[in-house]
Formats: sequence, structure tokens, C-alpha cells
Amino acid sequence: MTEPHGVWVYAVGDDIATGRIEHLTGVGGGAVRGISAYGLTAVAGDVPLAEFGESALRRNLEDLAWLEATARAHHHVIDALGQRASLVPMRLATVYASDDGVAAMLDERAADFRAALSRISSRQEWGVKAYAAQPPERGGLAASAPARSSGAAARPGAAYLQRRRDELSSRSQARSDLLASAETIHARLSGLAAEVRLHAPQAPQLTGVRAQMILNAAYLVDDERSGEFADAVAALAREHPAARLELTGPWPPYSFAGTPERSPPCE
Amino acid sequence: MTSGNVVQRGSGAAQGYGSGLGGGREPANLGDILERVLDKGIVIAGDIRVNLLDIELLTIKLRLVIASLDTAREVGINWWESDPWLSGDAARTANGRELEEENRRLRDRIAALESGR
Repeated sequence: MTEPHGVWVYAVGDDIATGRIEHLTGVGGGAVRGISAYGLTAVAGDVPLAEFGESALRRNLEDLAWLEATARAHHHVIDALGQRASLVPMRLATVYASDDGVAAMLDERAADFRAALSRISSRQEWGVKAYAAQPPERGGLAASAPARSSGAAARPGAAYLQRRRDELSSRSQARSDLLASAETIHARLSGLAAEVRLHAPQAPQLTGVRAQMILNAAYLVDDERSGEFADAVAALAREHPAARLELTGPWPPYSFAGTPERSPPCE
Repeated sequence: MTSGNVVQRGSGAAQGYGSGLGGGREPANLGDILERVLDKGIVIAGDIRVNLLDIELLTIKLRLVIASLDTAREVGINWWESDPWLSGDAARTANGRELEEENRRLRDRIAALESGR
């Protein structure tokens, strides 16, 4: 590439077949290659600075369509290679001025990468989200709530208020039962995982799902236990009919890659 | 494949966990991808400094809201505006206010009926 370019880093591994790398298309439609140094390989690609330089990147990251395409391309490279090799995924938009910068990064952070690689080796990330199976009854009176006392007929106003209080309290009970289910589900699945991360629930507007999300977690599971894990999710779904469970995966281990950034804060 | 109340989706690559997904795997949900690539993954400052907090997930969600709400409103869908379940705390307060308002009206009615006897 003759125009000014930087080097985008997708992930770091220690045992990647470079033959597989070269068939992939990465962000910005660019080619993907490996940069090896210090026993590690960074999966990387050249990116034009006109689109991926500092100010261009800031501008483009605000463009949702560009962000979606770039995020999917970044993930695709990591996912495709991660099927066969242990990879530590980089966060989106890790860009160096040159290969030398990437090699220097591998040198400086070699211990962190090796520790992460040994933690994730022969394991995969599975995502489990749980939602309320249906929203609570809205409006109206709980049809099955009996009149509280024999004097109800003579005091219809008080009986009405009592039924309203019963309705609100049964909704609140349903809600705490649901949260208890989420805790039980998470505890059971955590027992099958080497590591666990709890994430914030996603907003309903983001998921497009009306019901409330009561659990959003990532589980790092040994490859040979993935069947057992999926079976446990199915069993928990049967045991907790008030919750709707969604299993995604296997994912590259995004949730388990991280170490705190050691360089000084940017701004 | 769905079994009861579990739905399974793959993360989008060619090879998947084989519990009946078959040939057609759904592409991964954008929210799930963004949550991971923006917020997880190893964080190392490269040579090109961009602060992803400027476009943190909350901002993304808001933009997705704007994008999706406009589309939805165009076709007359706006249930989230009055759905107490989605409104969370605001709705519990609203329910409380509703109940107080009902109480007040009912007490006034009872007082009027009783004074009329």
C-alpha cells in the first residue's frame, strides 16, 4: 500500500498457522497477516490512515454504520482464527504506526499475553442472557384475588384498594422470584466454568426485547465440558420457566482477555 | 434450534457447536459483538490514541435507540413510552402516584356519599 498506513491489531496468539491468516479479509476490506516477535504472533493488517488515522478514526467511530462494519470485520478475523488457535482478542481500534511498534508491544506485554493465553487455553467463552419470560400483568385487577373480608360488599372502595395492593405486591413478589432465579442460574453455571464475568444487562432498546434482562454473563468453559454446559443451560431453562434463557457462543475469550491498561491514562 | 425456553445462536464463524444449529447459523447480534469488541478484549494503547469512552456503549445504545425509535414510530409502534415494566423506577413511582390519586378520588367519593345520607 503506497498511501500512508498504520497497523491494526486484531489479536495475539502463540501458535497460529500463518496459512490460515492470509485467506482472511479484515477491517476496511484489507488483508490480514502475522507479525511475529518474542515467541508471540500478532494478527494484524495494514489500514489506510485516511480512514484509520487518529482524527479519521474519531470521526468514523461516531458513524454507526462504519462502526458496525468495522466491529463485525474485527470480530470475524478473531473468530475465524480462534476456532483453531488460542487467541487473546484486542479491543477494537488498537492501531500502531508500524510493524516495529507492534513488535515492541509484544515485547513489553509478553508476560501478560502468556498469562492470558494459558488461562484461556483449551477453553471457550459462552454467553448466557436471561430475560423475564413475559412482562407482568398490566392494568386491571388480578382476577384470582379473593375479597379480603366478608364486609367487602359493604365497603367496595376499600376492597378495590386492597385488590390493587395485592396486585402490586404479587408483581413485586414475581420480580424477586425472578431475580432469585437469575442468581440460581448464575451459580449453577459458574460451577461448570473456569472463570466467570458478570456484565451489565443490555438495555431493552439495544436488544429489541421488551422483557427485562435479569442476567448477562460470560463463562469460560473447558472445551470438553461445552456439551455439559449447554445441557445445564437447557435444564435450568426447564427448572425456571419464569425466565427465558439465551445461549450464545462459542465466542473468542473477549471477556477473559483483559488486564488493566498499564500505560498512563490518555486524556 | 430452540428447546423450550432456550435459544442458541452462534458467534458467527463457520464452525459451530453442533447441537442442531444445522447449516444456517444466524449472524451474531450486533449488541453482543459491540459489547465485546468495544468493552472487553485486552486494552493496550497503540500509537494512535482514540478514547473509546467517547463512544462508550451507552452512547451507542442511545444512537441505536434513535435509529430504531424513528423507524418504529413511523409504523406506529411506540409501546415503550408507556410500558411500566420498561420504565423501571419511574414506573414504580408512577404506580405509586396512580394509587394515591385513586385513593384520593375514592375517599372524596365516599365522603360525598356518606354526607349525602
